[in-house]
Amino acid sequence: MKLRSPRGISAAVALLLLITLPFWIGNSYYVNVATQMLIYAILALGLNVLVGYAGLVTLGHAALFGVAAYAGATLINAGHGHIVVAFGALLTTVAVAAVFAVLALRGTGLGFVMITVALGQIAWGIAYRWISLTNGDNGVSINARPRPFGLMLEAAPALYWATLVVFLVAVGSMAIFVASPFGASLRGARDQPRRMTALGYNVWLIRFLAFLFSGFWSGVAGLLYLYYNQFVSPQTVALSASAEALLMVIAGGTGTLLGPIAGAVLVIVMKDIASAYIERWNFVLGAIFVLIVVFMPEGLVPGSTRLWRWGIAAWWPRATAVTGETGE
Amino acid sequence: MNLWLILAVNSVTLGGLLFLLSAGFSLIFGLMRIPNLTHGSMFMLGAYFGVTLIGWGFGFWLAALLAGLGVALFGAIVERFVLRRLVGAELAQVLVTLGLSFMVADACLMLWGGDPISVDTPAALVGATRMFGMGFPTYRLAIIVIAVAIAAVLWAMLDRTRLGAMIRAAVDDPAMARVVGIRVSHLFTIVFSLGAGLAGFAGVIGGPILSVYPGLDQDMLPLALVVVILGGSGSLLGSLVGSFVVGLLYNFGQAVFPELAYVVLFLPMLVVLVLRPQGLFGRAAP
Repeated sequence: MKLRSPRGISAAVALLLLITLPFWIGNSYYVNVATQMLIYAILALGLNVLVGYAGLVTLGHAALFGVAAYAGATLINAGHGHIVVAFGALLTTVAVAAVFAVLALRGTGLGFVMITVALGQIAWGIAYRWISLTNGDNGVSINARPRPFGLMLEAAPALYWATLVVFLVAVGSMAIFVASPFGASLRGARDQPRRMTALGYNVWLIRFLAFLFSGFWSGVAGLLYLYYNQFVSPQTVALSASAEALLMVIAGGTGTLLGPIAGAVLVIVMKDIASAYIERWNFVLGAIFVLIVVFMPEGLVPGSTRLWRWGIAAWWPRATAVTGETGE
Repeated sequence: MNLWLILAVNSVTLGGLLFLLSAGFSLIFGLMRIPNLTHGSMFMLGAYFGVTLIGWGFGFWLAALLAGLGVALFGAIVERFVLRRLVGAELAQVLVTLGLSFMVADACLMLWGGDPISVDTPAALVGATRMFGMGFPTYRLAIIVIAVAIAAVLWAMLDRTRLGAMIRAAVDDPAMARVVGIRVSHLFTIVFSLGAGLAGFAGVIGGPILSVYPGLDQDMLPLALVVVILGGSGSLLGSLVGSFVVGLLYNFGQAVFPELAYVVLFLPMLVVLVLRPQGLFGRAAP
């Protein structure tokens, strides 16, 4: 991407806006909302590796997000320093992701979905019922935000900038991953698993590694969530949380770099607006889910373009007839 | 009566309820190839319909039947007007059922409130029946009898009638069934509606035991999922055996390892998925 190309310029403008956000948005409430968006965007980016690039839809990703948060909280409460906390939580998450992957990759398609639902429910059951480990329904809270490398994260803008740095690293790693030979082989394994096998690729291993990569970033998001929220409860690992994350990816457009970010922003905005005016966030979540899957399965950005064209065609048939001719 | 015997009776009762829930789930899975994630919602919706109907003065059994019919109608509408739009896109269908389950759950919360509602046991079945020198709760025995009776009727329907033969043919090979003139898409509506109705009916008759509360759907759906994975999809015998196994695992798991009850429940399912993906009584995919 050249710096002077339109994409380079818009990326630079976006970056500038993101960095200066706490100054022009003013209210610390909105800074916190922006932090949430970044955290969930990281989760959605991680999930998109599986859903978009590997073609494996999972409904158990909230479990990985939650494992990192629970592990982080447990380590912090045991009095460990931030490096031990971060490494411990992420290693635990990747290890759990490995177990999930070995079990779930026994199936593809719907089999994969069902195994991930089961694994997610086990994680939820442990969070909810194994009270000596997870404190059950009451959840685990931490007293104060840790101070990684001496950074004071108590103020909303400080945590926002820290999250932004992690988010940018996540986006960068996704861009590298998508362009890499590994990313290409993963898309190959999604579209033509048998040909990839015939070409000598180990499709299972490719998917396994993709699962670990995806799990790692979900864990990072989970840890940031813990730092942001200072509290984690079984609600974090519930099926609806997995569905929400999946909605972000599907809403934005699977298998694109920016789609999951747009999806995360959209879902958080909807959730924020919905919870300000009505209590029925789950109803809205379900309704958006149904509408998107039925009417724009390719995601909101390409889907709304298509519906827009279709709407124009319905209202001004002559105009589209003309554009149709010029188009072909 | 000692603790273990009580647990055993409760397990078999839960097994009977689970059979009513999962027989439809299993048939839908076998025929349409999708895990219907609204199935728990159908159970809960039936239970709430039943509560309202009883409140209007209907008798318990009439309320259960009407609630079952109401949920069957709802199921038919969902299949005909939502899932039918997505034929062939199985993943999209699953996601839609997930979205619908959130909508139903929230709508129930809105209409019936967040407090658990208890359902009275029908007056004729209150108390205990003495058998083998011990007293068994009559209502629980009645549930077992109903479940077994419905199992027999379903078996006869699938094995002895023309409709059953068409359903079996479509489960085995939908493309070939279409070729010989079976309208498979009609069967989808019929089976989906039947499954929903059975789940709704089960929700009402389970009311006196489980009571009705928000989250009932999320409690029941995983159980149905486990039953079908254990027993194998599209197999009536599989759901029957799976239901009783899950009933036992659930009740004994809660009693013996209360902290790990869900692990006890889901671990056998994972083992089956890994070792025998088609389920204990299912046939391997051709």
